[in-house]
Amino acid sequence: MVDTATKSGAYAGAARPRSSLKRLMQRKSTIAFLLTLPLILIIASLVIYPAFYAVHLATLSKSMTKFVGFGNFTFLFKREVFWMVVQQSCIFAISAVVFKALIGFFVAHFIHAIPTKGQRKWRGMLLVPWVIPPAMSTLAWFWLFDPSYSAINWLLALFGIDPVPFLGNPYWARFSVILVNVWFGAPFFMIMYLAALKSVPEQLYEAAAIDGANWWQRLWYITLPMMRNIISITVMFSLIVTFANFDIVRVLTAGGPIDKTHVFATYAFLLGIQGGDIPLGAAVSLFMVPILGISAIFILRDVTKRGNEA
Amino acid sequence: MTKVKFSRRQVLATTAATAAALAMPYVRGAHAAGKVTVGFWDHWVPGANDTMTKLCQQWADKNKIEVQIDYITSQGQKNLLTAAAEMQARSGHDILALPTWQPNDKAAALEPVDDIMGELIKQNGDVNDTVKYLGRKEGHWIAVPATTGSQFKGPCSRIDLLKKHAGIDVQAMYPAGAEPQADGWDMETFVTAAEKCAAGGNPFGIGLGVTSDSVDGVGAFFSSFGANLVDEKGDIHARSDSVREVMEFMKRLGKVLPQDAAAWDDASNNKFLVSGQGAMILNPPSAWAVAKRDVPAVAEQCWTHGMPKGPAGRYGPYLPYFWGIWEFGTNKAAAKDLLVHLSQPDNVGQLVAASGGYDLPSFANLTKFDTWANEAPPKGTLFHYPDPYLQQIKSIAGAPAPANIAFQIYNQGLQTKMVVRYLQGEKLDDVLSWAESELEGYSRT
Repeated sequence: MVDTATKSGAYAGAARPRSSLKRLMQRKSTIAFLLTLPLILIIASLVIYPAFYAVHLATLSKSMTKFVGFGNFTFLFKREVFWMVVQQSCIFAISAVVFKALIGFFVAHFIHAIPTKGQRKWRGMLLVPWVIPPAMSTLAWFWLFDPSYSAINWLLALFGIDPVPFLGNPYWARFSVILVNVWFGAPFFMIMYLAALKSVPEQLYEAAAIDGANWWQRLWYITLPMMRNIISITVMFSLIVTFANFDIVRVLTAGGPIDKTHVFATYAFLLGIQGGDIPLGAAVSLFMVPILGISAIFILRDVTKRGNEA
Repeated sequence: MTKVKFSRRQVLATTAATAAALAMPYVRGAHAAGKVTVGFWDHWVPGANDTMTKLCQQWADKNKIEVQIDYITSQGQKNLLTAAAEMQARSGHDILALPTWQPNDKAAALEPVDDIMGELIKQNGDVNDTVKYLGRKEGHWIAVPATTGSQFKGPCSRIDLLKKHAGIDVQAMYPAGAEPQADGWDMETFVTAAEKCAAGGNPFGIGLGVTSDSVDGVGAFFSSFGANLVDEKGDIHARSDSVREVMEFMKRLGKVLPQDAAAWDDASNNKFLVSGQGAMILNPPSAWAVAKRDVPAVAEQCWTHGMPKGPAGRYGPYLPYFWGIWEFGTNKAAAKDLLVHLSQPDNVGQLVAASGGYDLPSFANLTKFDTWANEAPPKGTLFHYPDPYLQQIKSIAGAPAPANIAFQIYNQGLQTKMVVRYLQGEKLDDVLSWAESELEGYSRT
């Protein structure tokens, strides 16, 4: 009797975990987790680990042998060139994003106004700058601005205009790097805004037309409110990417002349990789993280709020 | 008390197995001594890598070692990224080609090579002070000066244009196969010639950017005036009279350089010479080699020679490359042996020939290979490239400051930036104050 009872109890105990494991495996959340596990692992190893490793590096001494806490940051705060880099990064990112957004907005409207049949080829052509790897297209721009053999200066000379030192003069050099960034990034805004425009219900415009709204009123009271979320997200995304830009500045000016075009990424590369001061380079590259992080939280919160209101 | 009995077959089999095991280390297979991995600089001269591979393979065959070579480009600083990554990971090649400042920067992870450097200096002659300054740390050799990639950036002048605009015969000053007659070749003659050539429409092409060619050239002018921003002890002298003197000289010179010189990179001066516009550049013979291939008429008028003499001496920009052995390398003894093999005079001669005379060994007895005497057109154009009569002081921008500070002076292009700031209208005292503040930051540990 005793034997039998024990055996039957043991069977019951063995069956329970198997069935609960089965139940666990049948849960949608478990399946979803398992399906996303490869992505989670990739992000953990290629994004989260390097990010934390960069934070760790930024707290080490130049020789990477001792912990210095915020020492690298306090050192940077005393450097004139660093504050110039902060200022330039802001000028570069903000002006480039503003121009990209404006150009993208107007071009999207022009494309939207073209009959559907001819739209595709225009969309394709206008996306070309965005699909060429920027390191390559910037090299072409470098030749156009080349110190001695600028194609643009050759054209100017035909009209008797003196050559412009596009990359030799600090202000022209800043203009040049912003111009190339706008040229590269505007198509992204254009395609995002075009998608947003297409999702605005036509009935709203028809109702506005019946109410006698003019072009400006339709834009201000219908188009812009309907596009607010996409504008916010696009601007935020572009701001982060532009702040972190490396290739355009690196290829075009390498931060020169006299450091007047350095942005965070190029300055971090100069200090960390070229200069062998990896902790200081890491500190430079992490400097914008809190600022961008906070602005991202505010923008996304705004977007969510509007989404809930809708 | 149990007795174990062996059969005749068992005894034979055991004896054979023991003999084989004992003899194993002395059997030399194709790669019996293991493997050496090497990361060499990817030479820009077509075919130069092949000669390097051939020399390594000869050594490998002789020593029954497998050699695996990766040629790593310096384009986009790929070689610096590789060195930083290998040091961080403490894994990678056994030998890595390290540019100028890298041995000192990576010294903590490099195997000392005092033993082989002592032998090589005995065999090939001494090395110049710049090589000692860059290749040693705390009295120990930490890397072997490499033939491949080492270069001197003296003037490459247009014979015709200097004669026409400035009345200077560079071939008479630096005759092929003979000692230089360059006593009058000083800074005043140099800057006057620059002014005359600019006025004649063919300026000197000296960059004022932050890449190597610009920094090396301007650094040599600073050294020639004795304008050391930081001394050996680490004391800052940015406001010294000699610094002020060289700044005035550079302002005078800068005014007659191309207006975009501040934006020049290492290709700009080459293009300037090859295009036929420039009367002189400071560069190894790569620009001449391109001209020889693409514009022979320009190449026929090029002559490589020594730097002008300044108040502190005749300084020339020398940029050595090194071969370092990681202390975490897996076959360090073999790696040392390979570096000794590559530094044998015959092999150095082959490497120099393969580079068309571009590569410049650091050892005093290896500056008279036929390659430099025979290269043409015009014949003898490279004769004075290796400074065969040792009349120039090989220097590097930033020296003699402690290497960690000098590296930052070089890397950040401090001297060229000082010149550009002054040229663009900043007051000299403001420029010097800014330089002082930068130098204080460079000395961080």
